[in-house]
Amino acid sequence: MPLPYSEIVMEHFKRPRNVGRLEDADAKATEGSPACGDMVTVYLKVDEQTHRITDIKFESYGCASNIATGSIITELAKGKTIEEAKQLTWKDAAEALGGLPPVKVHCSVLAIDGLRAAIQNYEEKKGLIKERVPTTLEEINRRLKRVMNPVVGLDIVRTKIVQDVTLENGVVRVTIDMPADHQFANNIREEIMEKLGTLWDIQRVEVEFVG
Amino acid sequence: MFETTIYMDNAAVTRLDERVWEAMRPYYFDTFAVATSQFGYSLGIEARDALESARAALAGALGASAEEFIFTSGDTESTNMAIKGVAAALAPKKGRHIITSPIEDFPVLGSVRALEKQGFEVSYVRVDEHGLVDLDHLRSLIRPDTILASIQVANQEIGTLQDIAAIAGILKERGVIFHADATHAFGRVPLDVRQVPVDLITVSAHTIHGPRGIGGLYIRKGTPIVKWMDGGFQEFNLRAGVENIPGAVGFAKAIELITPEETERLRRMRDALIERLLQIPHTQLNGHPSRRLPTNANISFRFIEGESILLQLDMRGIAVSTGSACFSRSLEASHVILGIGGDHERAHGSVRFTLGRFNREEEVDKVVEAMNEIVAVLRAISPLGKD
Repeated sequence: MPLPYSEIVMEHFKRPRNVGRLEDADAKATEGSPACGDMVTVYLKVDEQTHRITDIKFESYGCASNIATGSIITELAKGKTIEEAKQLTWKDAAEALGGLPPVKVHCSVLAIDGLRAAIQNYEEKKGLIKERVPTTLEEINRRLKRVMNPVVGLDIVRTKIVQDVTLENGVVRVTIDMPADHQFANNIREEIMEKLGTLWDIQRVEVEFVG
Repeated sequence: MFETTIYMDNAAVTRLDERVWEAMRPYYFDTFAVATSQFGYSLGIEARDALESARAALAGALGASAEEFIFTSGDTESTNMAIKGVAAALAPKKGRHIITSPIEDFPVLGSVRALEKQGFEVSYVRVDEHGLVDLDHLRSLIRPDTILASIQVANQEIGTLQDIAAIAGILKERGVIFHADATHAFGRVPLDVRQVPVDLITVSAHTIHGPRGIGGLYIRKGTPIVKWMDGGFQEFNLRAGVENIPGAVGFAKAIELITPEETERLRRMRDALIERLLQIPHTQLNGHPSRRLPTNANISFRFIEGESILLQLDMRGIAVSTGSACFSRSLEASHVILGIGGDHERAHGSVRFTLGRFNREEEVDKVVEAMNEIVAVLRAISPLGKD
């Protein structure tokens, strides 16, 4: 069948692994929201001595690639230590699935973010994490690298459409080199808001399109 | 492939009826000439007669006379021509204000946005939770410089039927030209220009088992409009180009083949589909419960997302459409569901089932059964709706 998805994606969509909840989870985290159209919740069970992920489950609200990426990250992370699991990237998830269509790459980012957030949640609980640090431009750029340009399926920093980023008194201003009426302009705006809006010391995010 | 597919995406395009194809065939292989003037050769005169008979039949279906009906390449072109053509004709004389609704189909919204960039002003009339235009708000939007209003007859996604007679009455009284997009209503919902003072109507063959690439625009006699396509003098000197005579003949055949009995049969299937799908918990009908296209059922399934539903249905050989962002080309959720006050989750979980001639009654059973399974499978995966 002429589907846009690889066989591995379809396999995970039809038979997702590790679906459901862990009632006695050591940590859990949700990324995305119903409003965004995709959402993933990750549950972790971690061995306290070895910090190894002994069990992991996920739930997904979203499209086929969202379900498949949720499924694959549970397979990738299971049995790893939390330090090892933190090193997993959206590229690892996408590659393990045999690739994703460009417009769907953001799903793998969401799934990896879900995993990382769950690990962070665990670290916070166990006192393994330092205090909150103020947001820097570097951190903002790091997050912008996880906003996909759906035209090519690579992030907006690498595809050089981020023209300018400023941070002043808790207000982030991002200038994107793309016409405001571009097919994906609204989608990119929402993704940027989502990735930066959750930073604890950021009051407002403004996205401007030029070009 | 078609034999094994339950096709319920007839609002996107319908399968050509073989009888339409048979009617068109001679105009490709036998009477294939261009429509010539009365002084031309016989083959061309015969072709012209076929074109003019088709025109008369289609105009007649709207209660119009033949010289008020222009052939175009489809509804997108008809709507562009109507909106931009009237705007260009009236801007120098009367003004640059246009009224439309937020839930119109893309040809209307795209056309008014293009005009906005040229300095026209666009107002969007409020619609209620079913998609019905707020008539008082419409009245209040009309200004001395309002030149045109474009309001659809039936909505492409949720099937809501506007009160076109009331809207036309209001606009007529205030001297505003009225364009109505009837792409999804033509043939299925009666509309007669002798009774309802609409000035321009967009129609298309692709929604009624006719060929693709042919549509029409009704233009009431005397309506100010500029020439749309430059070139020769075809289509009453409004749209140049060699006429698509096989298409025109097919379009006329397609409208001839629609019967009230068939529409009634589809309406019963639609009612069964809606009634049985709403029995699934956490579902909601999108669009008006009674004022809706006989061929349209649109249901939102909470806690799950439309592209996943669509793919699961496809695995079972069922073809539908969804208002989910993941499915759309711009990754944006349905502007129609959002436009009637629905939230993103409702848009993402909306599924549109649209019926046509080739749907059979037993397909409703199969679709309902499949949807029950799919909703259970996807809700088991979803983090939503469990607390």
